[in-house]
Amino acid sequence: MTLTNPPVLTDVNPVPPPEPLAEPASGPLDWLRRNLFRSPADAVVTVVSGAVVGYILYRLGRYVLVTGRWEIVRANLKLFMVGRYPTDELWRIAVVLAAVGLLAGLIAGFIHQRHVVAGTEPARQPLGRRLLTVFARLWPLILGTALLLSLTSTIGPTVMVTAVVVAAVVGRLLGVRLPKGSLALLVLAGVFGFGVAVWFLTRPVGWDGWGGMMLNVFLAVAGITLCFPLGVLLALGRRSKLPLVRAVSVGYIELFRGVPLYVLLLLGFLALGFFIPTWLEAPGLVVRAVVVFTLFTAAYVAEIVRGGLQSLPKGQTEAAQALGLSTVRTTFLIVLPQALRNVIPALVGQFISLFKDTVLAAAAMGFLDASNVSGLANAQDAFRGQRLAAETLPFVMLLFWIGCITMSRESQRLERKLGVGTR
Amino acid sequence: MATTSRRPPLWRDVRVLAWAFQLAVVGVVVVVVFWLLDNFRVNSARLNIPTDLSFLDQPAGFPVPSSDFRQTQPVSDALIEGLQNTLRLVVFGVAAATVLGILLGVARLSRNFLVRNASRAYVEFIRNVPLFILLILMYTAIVLNAFPVPRDSWTIGPIAVLNVRGGSVFWFDGGNWRFVAVAVLVLLTLWLVARWRRRVADRTGRPARTALYALPIGAAVLVVAWVVVGLGGSAPALDGNRVTGGITMTPEYFAAFAALVIYTSSHVAEIVRGSIQAVPKGQGEAADALALSGFQRLWFVVLPQAMRIAVPPIGNQYLNLAKNSSLAAAISFPELTKVTQLTVANRSPAVPAFALLLAIYLVISLILSLIVNLGNRRLAIVER
Repeated sequence: MTLTNPPVLTDVNPVPPPEPLAEPASGPLDWLRRNLFRSPADAVVTVVSGAVVGYILYRLGRYVLVTGRWEIVRANLKLFMVGRYPTDELWRIAVVLAAVGLLAGLIAGFIHQRHVVAGTEPARQPLGRRLLTVFARLWPLILGTALLLSLTSTIGPTVMVTAVVVAAVVGRLLGVRLPKGSLALLVLAGVFGFGVAVWFLTRPVGWDGWGGMMLNVFLAVAGITLCFPLGVLLALGRRSKLPLVRAVSVGYIELFRGVPLYVLLLLGFLALGFFIPTWLEAPGLVVRAVVVFTLFTAAYVAEIVRGGLQSLPKGQTEAAQALGLSTVRTTFLIVLPQALRNVIPALVGQFISLFKDTVLAAAAMGFLDASNVSGLANAQDAFRGQRLAAETLPFVMLLFWIGCITMSRESQRLERKLGVGTR
Repeated sequence: MATTSRRPPLWRDVRVLAWAFQLAVVGVVVVVVFWLLDNFRVNSARLNIPTDLSFLDQPAGFPVPSSDFRQTQPVSDALIEGLQNTLRLVVFGVAAATVLGILLGVARLSRNFLVRNASRAYVEFIRNVPLFILLILMYTAIVLNAFPVPRDSWTIGPIAVLNVRGGSVFWFDGGNWRFVAVAVLVLLTLWLVARWRRRVADRTGRPARTALYALPIGAAVLVVAWVVVGLGGSAPALDGNRVTGGITMTPEYFAAFAALVIYTSSHVAEIVRGSIQAVPKGQGEAADALALSGFQRLWFVVLPQAMRIAVPPIGNQYLNLAKNSSLAAAISFPELTKVTQLTVANRSPAVPAFALLLAIYLVISLILSLIVNLGNRRLAIVER
């Protein structure tokens, strides 16, 4: 057997370069083939599911546009949104919402500016493109607001929405000029502003005058704000090296995570009075609901914060100790700020779930929140016995959906921007 | 020069401070709890309300809808009825939500545009609305309003009949214990067949084809055992205005079940999608490189790894479903919470009754998380 030399690769006889991959054909027909009719089985799936989806869409469209009797929503729009809040005082709500818009604009502008400095976002974009981006981000909110405005009969709500938009734009323009470390200041302003807003809104009527979506939003915001200190303490306690402190924290967290919120709210409604000394007046229902939400959510927030604490590299604590910081300083200056930053998206998720759960407080305690307005509207003379829950309840659902989907999309965006999980 | 062995003064000794701090924390907790309990005791004594569980032996004084429970039976029997109803919701709800959720989660990753986006619309909508409103809508607007009167019931073959009074589904006939015996026998057979096929596959290297063997064998065992034990089947049928046969569902049960399954499945779907996407892309590509079919790729390579990621969060959803079953009280489905509300409305003391209720839910939660943990341990990668 003779050995032959392998063929020598020379410039005269090079390896042929690989064929460039064929560009995927692009046209409407190709799109259809790729996405709907990839194979015979795929075609069958498309036809069957297309028939089902088409039928559902047809029924839904017919219901929304033809058979649904939406007068009940139009007639009770104010009840759905703000309950029995006095009409003369509605400007207060407009002021608070404008302040919220301003704050949101400030935060958005500030975050944008930080990204411009870091070079991850272009500083300037054409106005049309920017409006398009905003619409792509906030379309549920924008379309929902447009729908609500189309149902109103007075000029007030339109003026209010305009004011909120203007405030948000002004905030966005000012936000880019804020100095570097202002985020904590903005968050503090939000918490402080929440207190002021509550004081401002309860001036004309007490808690009992609150209702509609306003009450749902308030319960959720109050719950998440108040539970926060307790939740952080419980998380620290659960991670503590001290056995008794850890036992108390674990017991609390597992107890509250193991029982249904609805039962706790019923307990707060029916039995809280037993645990209050006789010389103390039993608190009102809204306060009871806020207390239950606070105690309940604290357990969940504690678990979220614990996750953030665990995700932090041990080197951070050790470095702080090497610098001679005390345990308290290490915790509050080094560990917590980083841990909390990492769990912001999860906290937003908890807030969304709390927002949805506010309906339960109304069910257990009978507030006139958005879901209970549905029952009230169906009991009105004009609509009694007409079984219009099929109109009112989907409307309330839509309100919640707009709020939740907006927050969840924004939190996903924030998660990407903070780079949680990618660092 | 100070020796290192000299102890610092008591108020600067870290160990002493740590214990002092702990005792202070526990002290505060104990004082608060005792203060609350003392208030409870004083208030109960003032209002002459018992503080123990003696109410459980009193006659209930209220009926539990759609059960054999009589008003003269003690409260504890009513609570057991409620517990059964809760478990009925949880067990069937968990099973249905898992199946639907996995289907939806896989559909969200389909290459088919229509399937992918239909599933996405469902998940994104249902996940972002309150379960409670879904439940009320399901009950008042759909079951009680849009379902047909019994005469025009919707009939799905011999499997189910649905109408405004709830409906019936196919069910066995002839005693619970016989049914359990047959179920255990069939499951045992399936397990044995699976083990046998796995051993054959390990020994010979040929494909196991477990399903191909297990399904006919299991079906045969099921039929034989069903006949031998003397179990009957009862299919629902429409007889004029009445539905005969099958197991009857009240409209409340159907609404609560449907709402819980719809809501939980959307969350399960999102977890399944995330878990499948979390499986490293190379795994799927390796399966492609081995020329596995699309189904084989999903079933043997991607899903087992995705399940490992998905089990703990899906277990959390089961716990949520169990806790959310308490919402069915709002549409008067007589589960635990509703029965407790009824007994409190009938002169049972509120605090002990609710404390018992919370304890029962805690136990249910603990048992569920125990089951999930066991499953998780089986699935987890065995590391050195």
